[in-house]
Amino acid sequence: MSQTAAKYVPPKTPVLSRFFSSIPVSVLIYLVVVGAIILSAYNGAQAMGYNWQWYQVPKYFYTMTDDGFQWGEIAIGLVKTVEISTLAFLLAVVLGLVVALLRLSGLLVGGALAVVFLEIVRNTPLLVLLYLFYYVLGPIFDLDRYVASILCLGVYHGAMVSEIFRAGINAVPVGQWEGAKSIGMSNSQVYRFIILPQSIRFMLPPLTGEAVNMIKSSAIVSVIAVAELTTIGRNIISDTYMSFEIWFTIAAVYLVVTLILSIGISFVERRYAVS
Amino acid sequence: MSTQPLMIDASNLDKFYGKFQALKNINFSVAQGERVVICGPSGSGKSTLIRCFNGLENHNAGKLVVDGIEVYEGSPEIRKLRQEVGMVFQQFNLFPHLTVLENLTIGPIRVRKKSKQEAEENARTYLERVHIPEQADKYPSQLSGGQQQRVAIARSLCMETRIMLFDEPTSALDPEMINEVLEVMVDLAESGGMTMVCVTHEMGFARKVADKMVFMDEGEIIETAPPERFFTAPETERCQEFLQQILVH
Repeated sequence: MSQTAAKYVPPKTPVLSRFFSSIPVSVLIYLVVVGAIILSAYNGAQAMGYNWQWYQVPKYFYTMTDDGFQWGEIAIGLVKTVEISTLAFLLAVVLGLVVALLRLSGLLVGGALAVVFLEIVRNTPLLVLLYLFYYVLGPIFDLDRYVASILCLGVYHGAMVSEIFRAGINAVPVGQWEGAKSIGMSNSQVYRFIILPQSIRFMLPPLTGEAVNMIKSSAIVSVIAVAELTTIGRNIISDTYMSFEIWFTIAAVYLVVTLILSIGISFVERRYAVS
Repeated sequence: MSTQPLMIDASNLDKFYGKFQALKNINFSVAQGERVVICGPSGSGKSTLIRCFNGLENHNAGKLVVDGIEVYEGSPEIRKLRQEVGMVFQQFNLFPHLTVLENLTIGPIRVRKKSKQEAEENARTYLERVHIPEQADKYPSQLSGGQQQRVAIARSLCMETRIMLFDEPTSALDPEMINEVLEVMVDLAESGGMTMVCVTHEMGFARKVADKMVFMDEGEIIETAPPERFFTAPETERCQEFLQQILVH
């Protein structure tokens, strides 16, 4: 019990680090960086003699004519993107659950099937997978471009989702299995009533990330000319040559959709955040 | 007791984890209504043995019959067996996403196919029996360890099993909560009828309720004796040493 031991001095954060992590300074730095990017892009465009036509953009969202209100091409493309992503995500969740359960089943054949599926899908580029679905499986099973896109995205993200499910299921302590089995529950009852409800909170954050990825990777189906957001953007540009305005707009639309999704899910997460 | 039929009958059980032999040639039986306490140093195989009785672990050799059902790996009757054999765990293993009442009724409703109303009435009766009727609508995490363990006991009681297995039910509890759980267990034991197998180091409890004491060490049953003889005149040296160590404090 020496005197020196009694004096406890809390470690100080270095002054510089405190200065840079304070909120006003952070915001300032952020604005400077973003401003610099925008300014340099603008200057570059000016140097090219680019003719900005932002006033043209709103009509691609909606138009008011004598015939009344009409949705524009970008709005229609956005609906298609959301539709494809939603359907593909549902497929991914179902597929992911099946693959995860197969992998965890302890059945030799089931586990092997799941691993083969995972490895093939994860080690194939999404673009190649899409060509496979559209140009190979398409003619064989008579799939149109729309169905082929949904299947391809569903399968690709299904592999990712299955790993999320597997991790979430494994994160539930083994004692929960034992408790549930000791009252005579069957495997499927244990999953349904005990394990899955508890793993949701482990799964929601990465699933949100996967949903955002899904919306972004849905842009790739523009290469087989499915009329979604990115395809629409390309079409407009080939008509008008407004590449800067349209690509900025399209990027912003994707950003808005994924942000809405993330924020929405964070509310759901709070609901499941029971300890 | 000898006239009662056997509820648990194990003969020549062996259990391996890889090369490590956790159970060595175990011969063990429990008659209906009998209360058996298993003790022994940690790593002696007590928990492994008791977990074999409801198929949470599977023995590798020998024969095990519980409540007339032969237990072995992959037995199709294992779920039927578990409905007759309740288990209370060291770590409670309550379902954290369900309220206390839901923890108690999920088995009766989903497994025994009782009506929700009947299951809830039953559950409230058993909550009274473990002295926490007022906690029915709370979540397990809102309860103390002692209360959680009593909920776990009530959960097993709600299944109205004929055998109850206790796997170190007080080992994870703070000292001041051990008694409230032991009281419930003594009450259960003294009300009779229930066959109980309990792995515990609570020798006061054992002395009070046990019909038979079993001492295990290194995967073997070293000594089996009625409690009077077990505590006053243990036959084997290992058992004497063990009792000295835990009774001294």
